[in-house]
Amino acid sequence: MNAVSKTAASAHAPGAAAATTATDATNAAPATTAAATTAAAATSDPRTRPRPRWVRDLAAQPGTILAILFALFLLAALIAPNLVAPSDPYAVDPANAFQKPGLAHLFGTDQSGRDEFSRIVWGARQSLWVGVLATLIGVIGGLVLGLIAGLGGRIADAVTSRFIEILFAFPGLLLALVLIVVLGRGIGPAAVAVGIGSIPGYARILRGQVLQVRQSGYVEASRALGWSPLRRLRATVIPNTLRPLVAILTLGIGQAVVWASALGFLGLGAEPPTAEWGTMLADGRSYIQVAWWIAFFPGLFITVTALSATAIGHFLQKQFEPKKGR
Amino acid sequence: MTVEAATVNTVTGEAATASTVAGDAATASTLAPRSVSLAGEPPHEVDDAALRRTAGVIRRVLGKLAGAIFVLWAVATLTFALLRFIPGDPVLLILGTSGSPSAAVVDATRKAFGLDQPVLVQYLNFLGGAVRGDFGTSYQLKIPVTTVIGEQLPSTVQLVVASVLLAWIISLLITVPTAGRGPIVERIGRSVEIVLASLPHFWIGIMLLVVFAIGLGWFPVAGGTGLTGLFLPALTLAIPIAGFLSQVMRESFEDALAQPFVTSARARGASDLRVRFGHALRHALLPGVTLTGWAIGALFSGAVVAEVVFARPGIGRVLLSAVLSRDIPVVIGVVVVIAAVYVVVNAIVDILYPIIDPRLSR
Repeated sequence: MNAVSKTAASAHAPGAAAATTATDATNAAPATTAAATTAAAATSDPRTRPRPRWVRDLAAQPGTILAILFALFLLAALIAPNLVAPSDPYAVDPANAFQKPGLAHLFGTDQSGRDEFSRIVWGARQSLWVGVLATLIGVIGGLVLGLIAGLGGRIADAVTSRFIEILFAFPGLLLALVLIVVLGRGIGPAAVAVGIGSIPGYARILRGQVLQVRQSGYVEASRALGWSPLRRLRATVIPNTLRPLVAILTLGIGQAVVWASALGFLGLGAEPPTAEWGTMLADGRSYIQVAWWIAFFPGLFITVTALSATAIGHFLQKQFEPKKGR
Repeated sequence: MTVEAATVNTVTGEAATASTVAGDAATASTLAPRSVSLAGEPPHEVDDAALRRTAGVIRRVLGKLAGAIFVLWAVATLTFALLRFIPGDPVLLILGTSGSPSAAVVDATRKAFGLDQPVLVQYLNFLGGAVRGDFGTSYQLKIPVTTVIGEQLPSTVQLVVASVLLAWIISLLITVPTAGRGPIVERIGRSVEIVLASLPHFWIGIMLLVVFAIGLGWFPVAGGTGLTGLFLPALTLAIPIAGFLSQVMRESFEDALAQPFVTSARARGASDLRVRFGHALRHALLPGVTLTGWAIGALFSGAVVAEVVFARPGIGRVLLSAVLSRDIPVVIGVVVVIAAVYVVVNAIVDILYPIIDPRLSR
């Protein structure tokens, strides 16, 4: 983690200064500085078209580029773990137990001599599947509540908002833990529990989004044009409410992976031999005094996954948002 | 708002040097149009206004209290209802799976735990008990839930309080010196804060264990009591909270530094340190206080992970073992206690907010 933060920070520092000021200026005040920027561009090459905004934003954020590279690695691990991983994640080899990280075993071996790197690569499937499923459950639940609150009138809003408030009184993992008692242990229940546990957060964001869209000028304009309520809803309110959803989903997957891993770590997720990051972390906790790497690497992957999702989510958020001061 | 406050400040000709933090806020509370005439008003009308304000505060406090009680009742009811859906006979959970108990034993146990009564009666008994602080008897330990929680709660409270203090210290150390120092410092600061905020508890805990307890041997690896045993778990919980706190405080600190009262303080020759601590800090604290209310609730449930990593006693571990063994009365008891902490802390924050920021009390 420290390594990542350091590279991100140091990568920001040197070359970023000039690029930042340039992009910031164009974003913040296009009217006044447009002339200056085009002039600057013209001196280098008058015929080059200005690069699209997302390319410029990306060039100014090396951290986001790293995050995308990591996401691509995870994608490879998801699609073809047998090509990425050097060996079988379940192949027990007691003679090689507790091997330190090195050339033979990139991340070392665990108490049964299984290759940690292979287990992490295969574990991406389990952990990310839980994260995606939980996020979908949370967003769909949040969307239903948010739309009822935002569109259903004053009473519906009051009732739904109260309900959201009640769910918020189960802070953090609490709601998920209660649901585990009902659903039992295992990787599926963990996904459902984390998903339902994240509903209040999404509901609050999406309710705000619906209300904001409803009060916007274009919805008013559509009303003035005499569109039917249904057409207004379909053509203006719904699409604009859903616009930031890609960013919200990306941010949410990172959070859900962390929560699901926490359940795995607490022994409430996948059963021990399974290559799942949280479960591997719990395994490693038992051997932490003799082999730190068994817990270290799964935790590193969970953390970097969460960080990458945050970075990519913020990047997408900025792309979908209309230009703003900050 | 503060813009107007600053103008009022200069218009009324108050001794500029005397207006410190309190001065900034006090002038802000008596806003532009009224403040001019206020000085000339007879004293009894001011009393009247004060009385009305007190009545308003009491009404607000009572409203918050009613809301808090409603939310708590709803949490208790929802948890009770959810845990009624557990498949299987709760009596078998109480007796354990080993052996096949005789019908007489099953009946006696069912009666002893009040499970022979209709669900509605069970619910009313539960509510009546909960009001008196009685959550029934643990299925596993066969002792009152209140005793179980009472024994473990102080350890968790200690952990949470220490974490909040550490989180505030860390975020003040990060934001106060670095806010408003130009785009490069800001970008580095923001990156660090995002990273801190997204570090999962379990991994911070394990890193701290590996480096400071196992590597350097400064702290006990498991179950340490006293301050040495408290520090690493508290730091584990504090680091992400510090990241969140710094994010919101940096934002409001930079807003505050751009305000006219800061410019006027600088113009009067106040040192940078004095401007930051004496004038801008108070404004930056406000969103941090709100966030702390949320954080304390989250810390009580986040304590589960910290207590497991550091093998530390506390209600987090009580909850985890109750979840694993389906000890329903203990689960409900811990949930209600954590929800009560969350609700009460947030109600206090809501009530305190206008006192910290007088601009909000009209």
